[in-house]
Amino acid sequence: MLELSGITKSYGTTRVLDDVTFQVAPGRLTGFVGGNGAGKTTTMRIILGVLARDAGTVTLDGAPVTAADRRRFGYMPEERGLYPKMRVLDHIVYLARLHGFGKADATERAEALLVELGLGERLNDNIETLSLGNQQRAQIAAALVHDPEVLILDEPFSGLDPIAVDVVAGVLQSRAAAGVGVLFSSHQLDVVERLCDELVIIAGGTIRATGSRDELRAEHAQRRFELISAGDAGWLRNEPGVEVVSFDGGYALFDADTDETAQRVLRRAIAEGAVTSFAPRHPSLAQIFKEVIQ
Amino acid sequence: MTAHTTATATTAPTFAQSVWLVAEREIGSKLRSKAFLISFGILFVIALAGVIWAGFSAQSASTTPVAVTSESARYVDGVPGLEVTEVADRAAAEALVKDGSVDAAVIADDASPLGYALVVESDAPQGLLMSLSQSPSVVVLDPASSTNWIGYIAAIGFGIVFLFAAQTFGSTIAQSVVEEKQTRVVELLISAIPARALLAGKVVGNTILAMGQVVILAAIAVVGLTVTGQTEFLQGVGGPIAWFAVFFLFGFVLLAALFAAAAAMVSRQEDIGATTTPLMLLILGPYFLVIFFWNNPTVLTVMSYVPFSAPVGMPVRLFLGQAQWWEPILSLGILLVTCVLAIWVGAKIYENSILRMGGRVKLGEALAG
Repeated sequence: MLELSGITKSYGTTRVLDDVTFQVAPGRLTGFVGGNGAGKTTTMRIILGVLARDAGTVTLDGAPVTAADRRRFGYMPEERGLYPKMRVLDHIVYLARLHGFGKADATERAEALLVELGLGERLNDNIETLSLGNQQRAQIAAALVHDPEVLILDEPFSGLDPIAVDVVAGVLQSRAAAGVGVLFSSHQLDVVERLCDELVIIAGGTIRATGSRDELRAEHAQRRFELISAGDAGWLRNEPGVEVVSFDGGYALFDADTDETAQRVLRRAIAEGAVTSFAPRHPSLAQIFKEVIQ
Repeated sequence: MTAHTTATATTAPTFAQSVWLVAEREIGSKLRSKAFLISFGILFVIALAGVIWAGFSAQSASTTPVAVTSESARYVDGVPGLEVTEVADRAAAEALVKDGSVDAAVIADDASPLGYALVVESDAPQGLLMSLSQSPSVVVLDPASSTNWIGYIAAIGFGIVFLFAAQTFGSTIAQSVVEEKQTRVVELLISAIPARALLAGKVVGNTILAMGQVVILAAIAVVGLTVTGQTEFLQGVGGPIAWFAVFFLFGFVLLAALFAAAAAMVSRQEDIGATTTPLMLLILGPYFLVIFFWNNPTVLTVMSYVPFSAPVGMPVRLFLGQAQWWEPILSLGILLVTCVLAIWVGAKIYENSILRMGGRVKLGEALAG
């Protein structure tokens, strides 16, 4: 378990991180969400030790993270960059060898990983000749090749087409399933919502919400329900405790003040006509995000 | 992908292994660069042409016109490549030397242990000195205008090789440090190996390349001189070339550590000049000094002890026969101490600067930390 506790960082008089505390659990995909300049990259660089913190602790399984621990981290920096004139395979092999793998072992791993990421055809091309999306895949390979125990990825999905997003998401999920703790930041809230188990929301350098995706959804649920029925649902407007959000013939979206009210509405709807669908509407991550950063 | 286990236990590479991995990459990426191979090819051809030209011109100089008197004629008897003119006495011989119709006069001289002396206008023809199996004592009539062109060529040769190799690989180190910083590869590297291993690998890799270049050029000189039959000249220049290689090795390590440190203080290729210009001057200095002052023993003596110019100054003095046997050893000692200091300071600056992005890191901050 990677734990950040009370991390504070200032540049001059500007406090960019204030008492940042959260955890990255093994086997879980933790989405790190925040606006531009919220402090995501700064936090990640502090975890990796490439930036010094003013206060607070970063611990792994209870002990402060050492340089030896960080060797078992995989990192994808915000600004992409590998050696432009190096061949893709050579580059990933080099990084694996710096992490202590023998030449044969490193080559085997690098090749398998690059093939898994869809770069099997480009192994002997120079990094600089790859498209941005493919450079991004190579960058992800660079973070993964030494089988890290903790993955810290800064915007791993930015610039990827939907197919590539699926490929990378699949790779990250398989790593998490194998017990790796994954922290990744993203602006693409739909991807985060689909992928992550845990969420950390940061704004203005402070953590606004943490917890599992489902917990957060439940916390921010507003008892909003969607009703689709055969008849006209106009009667809903006169139900006590109900506030209609949107309405169109047999379709209605409404907020109920209590669960009791919701059940009463369902019974009435069935009495009124055939009900095709009656379901709670979970708030989207985008909604939760907007709510907590205010 | 088939089952990948987490927490595969890999032992960290040792410091030496890390250094070698980095060095290997530095060498490999340089050898894959066309620009580098072409510029080295050009240098190679120029060096080869220079050595062959020098060899043949020394050969042609061995058909030297000399004047002898009846007493000294026996000393040049059987010496190949001489065009002998016999004159009445020493005064007549000196007159011929003065008017340039002969390059030198061989005269009987009781004061000389050899029994004869060589009279020249200003330069003792190297070919003649070598042809005479024992070096006679030389009487220089016009010492002020003494210009030994072979000494000059040797001085320029050492100067150019030092300038070229140090500049090429010094800026290679600087660019590769900034490239890593600019692309943030360094953040990946530093999470795997210590900053000092990265620095050491760069210095080792580029030192191997630079030494390789120097050794190849030295080999060209040796082979070229042997092929053109200049074995005597080779004996004279062989020692200084060997010393040059030794001095160059440590002189380059010294510069390499400083180049890496200077480059680590900036974050963009465009800013490299700001911190490496002083070092470029340290490389250019010895070159210009040796060109302008190669025949000034005082300047050369100072140069041969200052660590940055010793790789050029000391071999030139050795070649000119100005240095005592212990002088290169003392100078090398000074160079070694400076080298250790430079590595220590360089490593400190490098470690403190390499992860600081954005503006230029101030020297004070880089040294503190």
